[in-house]
Amino acid sequence: MASSYLTAIPFIILIVAYFTASHIRLSENPNDKLLPSIEKFGAAINRLAFEEDRRTGQYTLWVDTGASLARLGMGIGISTAIGLILGIAIGLIPYIRSTLAPLVAVISLIPPLAILPILFIIFGLGEVAKVVLIIIGITPFLIRDLSQRVMEIPIEQIVKAQTLGANSWQIITRLALPQVLPRLISAVRLSLGPAWLYLISSEAIAATAGMGYRIFLVRRYLAMDVIIPYVVWITVLAFLLDYLLRFISRRSFKWMGGEATTL
Amino acid sequence: MTEVSARHVSQSYGDNKVLENVNLDVGDKEFCAMFGASGCGKSTFLRILLSQEQPKGGEVFIDGEPIASEPGRDRGVVFQRYSVFSHLSVIENLILATEFDQAPMFGRLFGQKRKKAMESVEHMLEDVGLTAARNNYPMELSGGMQQRLAIAQALLRKPKILLLDEPFGALDPGTRANMHEILLKLWRDTSMTVFMVTHDLEEGFKLGTRLVVFDKTRWDPDFPNAYGATIVHDVSLDQSAESAEVKARIRDQLSQSQTRRPREEKDDEAN
Repeated sequence: MASSYLTAIPFIILIVAYFTASHIRLSENPNDKLLPSIEKFGAAINRLAFEEDRRTGQYTLWVDTGASLARLGMGIGISTAIGLILGIAIGLIPYIRSTLAPLVAVISLIPPLAILPILFIIFGLGEVAKVVLIIIGITPFLIRDLSQRVMEIPIEQIVKAQTLGANSWQIITRLALPQVLPRLISAVRLSLGPAWLYLISSEAIAATAGMGYRIFLVRRYLAMDVIIPYVVWITVLAFLLDYLLRFISRRSFKWMGGEATTL
Repeated sequence: MTEVSARHVSQSYGDNKVLENVNLDVGDKEFCAMFGASGCGKSTFLRILLSQEQPKGGEVFIDGEPIASEPGRDRGVVFQRYSVFSHLSVIENLILATEFDQAPMFGRLFGQKRKKAMESVEHMLEDVGLTAARNNYPMELSGGMQQRLAIAQALLRKPKILLLDEPFGALDPGTRANMHEILLKLWRDTSMTVFMVTHDLEEGFKLGTRLVVFDKTRWDPDFPNAYGATIVHDVSLDQSAESAEVKARIRDQLSQSQTRRPREEKDDEAN
């Protein structure tokens, strides 16, 4: 219990510090936009989340959240599938390893944002380019991490499976796959940060909805009362996603003992 | 009936000759202990018997047929480590072989079939004293329990040949003696031919019906890896009266060969 109080302390200090500073600035200049008061936040949140937008007739926050999460989910989902398949293939099959591993290593060195213009040119300004950016950004890491883990499976285990009568496919489904699943989840957790980064960046540049789009749109009005709640909301969503994955990992991989629960 | 014969088997890695001209005939239901100093090639020979690696020269036959080029169900194995699957519980480890047989696609049984498979391994759980630990994962078991599980898992496949690579090397002496009893009982109950690599001469004498000793017969002080090891002693252990004398002879031979070794190899051995 004591530790949860300790956890709360820095957060409380930050919040108090913000509103103190906000109060000081606003008492000097009531029109100051840099550090809005709690009332302004309330009004902005109410307008964006609980009132229909006068122009579009939509609830802006939820439309933005839905658009962003759909892109993020699709990007992470596809990346995970590719990472798992190629990771196991590269880790398990020497021919595929010598063919593909150098390519994956080179691709992982390309700064994804540098090729964002190429993606916009090829895929247009719609959803595909944004999802592809996330995929290009995190898949090489997932492939390399998972193939490394597959290669760490002791040769003894594979030989043992063969002596028990396993065919190659069964070695994948009963040995390689379950052994790398915990690593897959932790690798996806580590990829969440970059995935958000690529999402927000691509939305900032070209989109018609999405949280990154909104933040960059209202930036020109110095609308800190919108930007800050959006940033907090993105942080909350990122935390929940991370928590969900950690929860799954802890529940599903009892065989790893404490190892799956760390971080 | 299982007869294993090796003919002129040799193995080398690059310039490093490990085995040279190994010939061995092991009959049905024999328990062949393979002894030698570290790095003498006894584990290499076991891996060749397992088809985990291919010999550079010579051939191995089981009942007159050349052995398969990949490890398979006719030869079971227990390694010193990593022999059981850490992501499966004790009982799941034991039914795995049945699952591989009955579910070719995903290697996994469900419902009634799974229950039946579990019932069929019940006697083996009891034989190796793991009934109470059936739902535990390997990391929750002691080293001895893990090796008992590994042996049980290999035996359920009913292999013609059981290969043991220093299976008790990492266990404390008390547990090891206990494991010897269990292994001997299981071996008598089945009709397997057993090969066991050991670096403990006493263990070899206690368990084996046959003891083969690997060592180098030729030695070049400038090129320590120029010659490989071969079988230098092949003793049938039926006549226990002679055993003290035989042991002394083997020890003598090995200590002579030790003194010829260059400094760094002795250091390797300590590890």
